[in-house]
Amino acid sequence: MLAAVLPEDRFDALYHVYDGGGVEVTGPSLLLRKLVGENTSLTANYYVDAISSASIDVVSSASPYRERRVEKSLGVDYLHDKTIFSLSYTDSDENDYSARTAHFGISQGLFGDLTTVRMGYSRGWDAVGRRGDGTFAEEIVRQNYRLGLSQVLTEDLLLDVGFEAITDQGYLNNPYRSVRYVDSVSARGYSFEPEVYPGTRTSTALALRALYYLPYRAALKGEYRYFADTWGIDAMHWEVGYTHPWRERWIFDARYRYYMQDHADFYSDLFPRLGAQNYLARDKELSTFTSHTVGFGVSYEFTPQEWRYIDKGSLNLYYDYMRFDYEDFRDLRVSGVGAGEEPLYDLSAHVLRLYVSLWY
Amino acid sequence: MRALLIVVACAALAGCAVEPWVKPYERQHLADPIMSFERGPAASAYLNHVHQARESARGAESGTGGGCGCN
Repeated sequence: MLAAVLPEDRFDALYHVYDGGGVEVTGPSLLLRKLVGENTSLTANYYVDAISSASIDVVSSASPYRERRVEKSLGVDYLHDKTIFSLSYTDSDENDYSARTAHFGISQGLFGDLTTVRMGYSRGWDAVGRRGDGTFAEEIVRQNYRLGLSQVLTEDLLLDVGFEAITDQGYLNNPYRSVRYVDSVSARGYSFEPEVYPGTRTSTALALRALYYLPYRAALKGEYRYFADTWGIDAMHWEVGYTHPWRERWIFDARYRYYMQDHADFYSDLFPRLGAQNYLARDKELSTFTSHTVGFGVSYEFTPQEWRYIDKGSLNLYYDYMRFDYEDFRDLRVSGVGAGEEPLYDLSAHVLRLYVSLWY
Repeated sequence: MRALLIVVACAALAGCAVEPWVKPYERQHLADPIMSFERGPAASAYLNHVHQARESARGAESGTGGGCGCN
């Protein structure tokens, strides 16, 4: 964000699709932003994930399921001189999980608006349930601390640095997921037991972003983030992006993102015996893996003469291809091999974003 | 500690006196809509959610957010 300026009045209607690894997630996201008076901007978001899951996890040790998550947010930004104060509240609900989050942020323009510093704090209260078990009720408290700095370096170069620390406390594992252990009595050579996670997790992330204006009116974007947490996971990603306007109304985008992480200390694809250690995880999101994302997008801007209250609009279509290669998570759909000798799992996913933006 | 405070105070005072080296009339490139880390806020928030739900890494994403209810 450049300087202390409230965001423009706009409305976005997005339809999103994620399809990969036996999981399909679709739904709308509606985002409305409106200035009230000269110094206050209100924002409201309505977001839905309609999930149909037959992922490797549920195929291996549970049943496919369908569910729906609805997220609603309200926020207010208040501008005073070169300072913006932000408050927001988010409510997310699905049949076995609900999350409420309150956020406070402040950003300040400095040095002739070449520098913007920002800080934020969020606190979240999650309630974890389990389908078919009315007696199961657990909680999580989450806290996020954010610091950031945006800097204009030259007429063509913007730099942004962001830091965020997050602490979670409560029931952090998934109530449906299991780990497997070597069991010579079982015909397939292994059995399952419920996973057990620590009750706390603290993570830190540091991100560096740069945006450069090329001489022929195009933009080059670079991003790097390093992540570490108290579960022993180290991760990093980098991304490059290119934005190219064409004629007056078209904008084309391309991006590539590379991500890698090391597994959690208590993760194993196959534990040596039942109850082998205090904490047990076989969640592929906690395993060692790499992922590649390649994305393309096109935006078309229009200026409707006949719509009295609309200044301009844009129609946007973005497609991303994602590929995940797991290095210590095996595909249990393959039988007839020894326990721990199944092929490593991988998946490809397609992500589509179609949206209309209107400025008024 | 006292020395650190003096250094910080001096830096702050010196900083306030800094002349903006990119003048307001030299910022037409920076004001171009293509020079934005997130042109579509709803679409960017969604993409952050897609990555966050499938990776252990989280935080310091572009844009602010109130967190996601993903577990």
